[in-house]
Amino acid sequence: MWTLLARRILQAIPVLIGISLITFVLIYYLPADPARMYAGPSATVDTVARIRHELGLDQPFWVQYTRYIGRVLQGDWGFSYRKQIAVTELILSRVPYTLALILGGIFVELAIGLPVGIASAVARGRWADRVGMFVALIGVSAPPFWLGLLLLYWFGYLIPIFPLGGAGSPVHLVLPALTAGLGGAAWYARMMRSSMLDILATDYVRTARAKGRAYFAAVLRHALPNALNPIITMAGMDIPWFIGGVVLVERVFNWPGLGRLAVEAIETVDVPLILGTVIFTSLMVVFSGILIDVVQGLVDPRIRYGQH
Amino acid sequence: MNKRVLFSLLVILATVLAACRGGAQPTAAPTEGGEATGPQKGGEMIIAYKDDLATLDPAIGYDWTNWPAIKLVFDGLLDYDEGTTIMPRLAESLPSVSADGLTYTFKLRQGVKFTNGREFAADDVVYTITRVLDPKTGSPGAGFFVGIQGAQEFMDGTATSVEGVKALDANTVQFTLASPDVTFLNKMALNFAFIVPKEEVEKEGENFGHKPTGTGPYMLKEWKSGEFLAFERNPNYFFEGRPYIDKITIQVGVAPDVALLRLEKGEIQIMGDPPPGADWARITADPAWKDRIEIEATVNTTYIAINVTAPPFDNVQVRQALNHAIDKQRIVQLLNGRATVANQVLPPLMPGYDASYTGYDYNPDKATELLKEAGFADGFETSIECIAVDPQPKLCESFQQDLAKVGIKLTINTLAAPNVIDDAGNGRTPLVWSGGLAWTQDYPDPDDFYAPILGCDSNVPGGWNWSRYCNEAVHAKSVELLAMTDRSARLEAYKPLFKALMDDAVWVPVINGQYTVAHSEKLHGQPTLTHPEHLFSYETMWMSP
Amino acid sequence: MDITQLDPHRRRVADLSPEGASPGAIAPGEVSYFGLIWRRLRRDRTAMLGGMLVALISLAALFAPALAPHDPSEQFRDGLTPDGQPMPSTLLTDGGARFPLGTDANGRDLLSRILYGAQVSLIVGVLANTLAVTLGTLIGSVAGFFGDPLETLLMRFTDVMMAFPTLLLAMALVAILKPNLWIIILVIGVVYWTWIARVVYGQVLALRERDFVTATRALGAGRLFILVRHILPQLVPTIIVWGTLGIATNVMLEASLSYLGIGVQPPTPSWGGMIQQGQSYYRTAPWMVIFPGLAIMLTVFAFNLLGDGLRDALDPTQRGTL
Repeated sequence: MWTLLARRILQAIPVLIGISLITFVLIYYLPADPARMYAGPSATVDTVARIRHELGLDQPFWVQYTRYIGRVLQGDWGFSYRKQIAVTELILSRVPYTLALILGGIFVELAIGLPVGIASAVARGRWADRVGMFVALIGVSAPPFWLGLLLLYWFGYLIPIFPLGGAGSPVHLVLPALTAGLGGAAWYARMMRSSMLDILATDYVRTARAKGRAYFAAVLRHALPNALNPIITMAGMDIPWFIGGVVLVERVFNWPGLGRLAVEAIETVDVPLILGTVIFTSLMVVFSGILIDVVQGLVDPRIRYGQH
Repeated sequence: MNKRVLFSLLVILATVLAACRGGAQPTAAPTEGGEATGPQKGGEMIIAYKDDLATLDPAIGYDWTNWPAIKLVFDGLLDYDEGTTIMPRLAESLPSVSADGLTYTFKLRQGVKFTNGREFAADDVVYTITRVLDPKTGSPGAGFFVGIQGAQEFMDGTATSVEGVKALDANTVQFTLASPDVTFLNKMALNFAFIVPKEEVEKEGENFGHKPTGTGPYMLKEWKSGEFLAFERNPNYFFEGRPYIDKITIQVGVAPDVALLRLEKGEIQIMGDPPPGADWARITADPAWKDRIEIEATVNTTYIAINVTAPPFDNVQVRQALNHAIDKQRIVQLLNGRATVANQVLPPLMPGYDASYTGYDYNPDKATELLKEAGFADGFETSIECIAVDPQPKLCESFQQDLAKVGIKLTINTLAAPNVIDDAGNGRTPLVWSGGLAWTQDYPDPDDFYAPILGCDSNVPGGWNWSRYCNEAVHAKSVELLAMTDRSARLEAYKPLFKALMDDAVWVPVINGQYTVAHSEKLHGQPTLTHPEHLFSYETMWMSP
Repeated sequence: MDITQLDPHRRRVADLSPEGASPGAIAPGEVSYFGLIWRRLRRDRTAMLGGMLVALISLAALFAPALAPHDPSEQFRDGLTPDGQPMPSTLLTDGGARFPLGTDANGRDLLSRILYGAQVSLIVGVLANTLAVTLGTLIGSVAGFFGDPLETLLMRFTDVMMAFPTLLLAMALVAILKPNLWIIILVIGVVYWTWIARVVYGQVLALRERDFVTATRALGAGRLFILVRHILPQLVPTIIVWGTLGIATNVMLEASLSYLGIGVQPPTPSWGGMIQQGQSYYRTAPWMVIFPGLAIMLTVFAFNLLGDGLRDALDPTQRGTL
């Protein structure tokens, strides 16, 4: 298992290098005057000149890049002149909120998606199946920011159960998590349904069904983890999209997380902050990918021992 | 309409009363006609803004959010009472002025301490003013103090200090001007002249704006970037009885519609930004809101600044065409009637306003005609910058349609406030909509609407002369007028000066804004929460239980 | 389970209906490939619904100038209440059809803006997706067919691109490049191709091992020839399916960018941008948010239905999971 972990981490390194390279190229090479963009509007000409020297913008590309990577590895991700605070400090202060939202969203996705999927599979063709899949339909096609606004309107304003945005207590998390998770819930529901249908179609389960309810239920409980396997794989590939969705949700609900930070950074053209958030969120994607692979390895021995 | 007139009367009344009181002793001024629940100390107040505070450094902060906040932490030699009369603050009394109007001598108040424990002295004043003038600081307010003797030499680098600012002894400071300036005291009451302690500035360096130390009524306890700033009462504040409220928190990143809802729920006590148009009809119709809205006719003109160096706007006919093309009535409608149409640079409440001037009327046909005469029969493409806070983008879209009607294709660039200010200040955009940014009076004198925003001295990179305009003749006249002591003659003389600016169509003055503030009924001002110079008068606000 | 066939981000809507895709029964005499596909598609009611919706939306976009009651950028004096609030549908207030869906914060007719907004959504959706599919197919097939070192290089590159959170990358790119229609199409295409590349890669890998390839090689055919002449045609079903389903995702991406304020700029109407303007009005003028949102939902839904139906018709063995 540790070899799996080590292998995956090693595989991730070129990806990380690639991410940093591309981001670096984008941020430092596209704008007209990177130093001025970096320093921001209130900086004096002296500050800009100093930054230009610090960043080594007169140096060849590779020198600049390696210096940047060196700083990043040492924990210096730059200084946001707009907000007058180190980028790392800013990001770290927002990470807990985004993590809470991600976990909340995943919880909603699984807590709603999986049972609905299973129920639909078991009740195939009947009323529960239809309703379940219809609701899934909505979740799938509706833009998350629109859903969020509607939820805010119905359950925050018309029927004031939930607070209208912001963070501060677990209650604040409900609507944002719902919004973040509903789209995915729909998808997990149908994935689970398909997966379950496959399992229900297998001989041993069909025989179990014939043998009576109790036996059927027992066998099903053993069969269920198999259905989860493809889901875990898919979840891994969903992460880049999920984080994007989180950005939108944070905007709707004024949730003080990384997504909102990224939006602010882009609105104010705060170059060091843009760089920092993009790299950090990409790191999150990469490491969650590794995490998912490890989880799969734990669940499926074939993967663990490298037969994949 | 009624409320505005009423308020203007109140402001005038208050000013008259203050003048009559004419004392130099700052004491707590409880509201007349003492109710059982008069002003009392205590309580915590939260105000919410959308845009983050850029800095609390008094030499640098110059926007809507940080202007009143800076006054929480710092004081100046002079200040205003609840109106527009100048009162001594860190100075013991109003300065004595020499007969030729060139020398001002301030006796400083004794026993005032910075929040780091050190006592305030004359050297601090010298340091503060020098720092503002120092090009390395990059202060947008430097232009206000160039009239001081030796200031220009210092800024050019030919002198190492400012000759005209001297500490005569530990408690006396003397200013010598190069030429008389009747607005000098007003300038000394600006935030830029708020006193900063040298050792703290040097210790914090660039971070001073985020870790400020001053003599003010409050101290900054915590600043969580992008979320809030927490201020607590300065226990050793020299001004007896002030401040009232114990803790003030400024929340940032809160959009106006969310702020309004938080206000309704009692989570905050006052909105920093005006309530959104979407809710305006609702709250004005609701009787529960009667005591919760303060409407102030600000001394403000909101305008489209035209960069006269950017073609095709270097052609005066094109600029005039722009003036005829804008439908200002619709802007008033889009603002729910919370504004009036402006036809000139000065707002109606500014002394020197020309009530007989009619300006450019809304006439798209005339605009097209002028464009044709100027050689742009087929129109042209250009762009405007607006801030992203509601309702400014909406207003810019209205301009877009107006210009489309006369053949001009307008691209709108919405950005955050600091970005617009920076671009405009460096002439990177042909047009700028000043909504949400400028220009409200710094002090009640017409020169405040010329020198900082249309004068030759402010036509520098980073300056607020967004029109990049310099008319030497007008400039010379303005310097002349600054020395004039006959107030009524002087005010009359400004009329042709501003008319010349309008003939040159350097702006499209669109509206004179109103400042509408939504607040909790528990929050009271003395007499109002807003203030003509400070925007919000935090230190006189008090909360009823 | 063929993992490389995974396309998790887009949802298989057709499979949400209890019936699922009905396996096509072949009528006697019908043996042409496309005839077969069409027959299967026709039997799939949900796919047909999707197709009709797509056609409807496309027609609405195409004929927007004729269908829209007003100029979408025209700001009407009577489009706002006297104190500047947007107006609800005139059908409800006075029975007239002046503003059938109401107006927005600038007094512009909502229905007209929604119709014209369809143009933006479809143009961006189709063009960006075309770019993405082209890029993805190119990269995926080259990587899958030519083996190392190209394979590792291209697939590592794909991995890197996939590690960026999609929306965030699009946002950063647009912010730096300044938003206009073409930049947005470019950015969305550049951000989206990776999924297609993965799928194509997997398929090409599998195809590469097939007998017919070995045989053709034995006969002396060049690799490029085999790739273009024999492998690519096998990818057509995938390309068709992704070409349709991808439009749904790209429409959603465009709406998201507009919602964040970095999509197409005013006065061009965009559904996402309309929701952004309506955000502060959702309590007092909810129609500003509801109708554009419905438009987005319907469009995404339609392309999803159609795409799923196409996939069922093109390869009915792929019923559910993958």
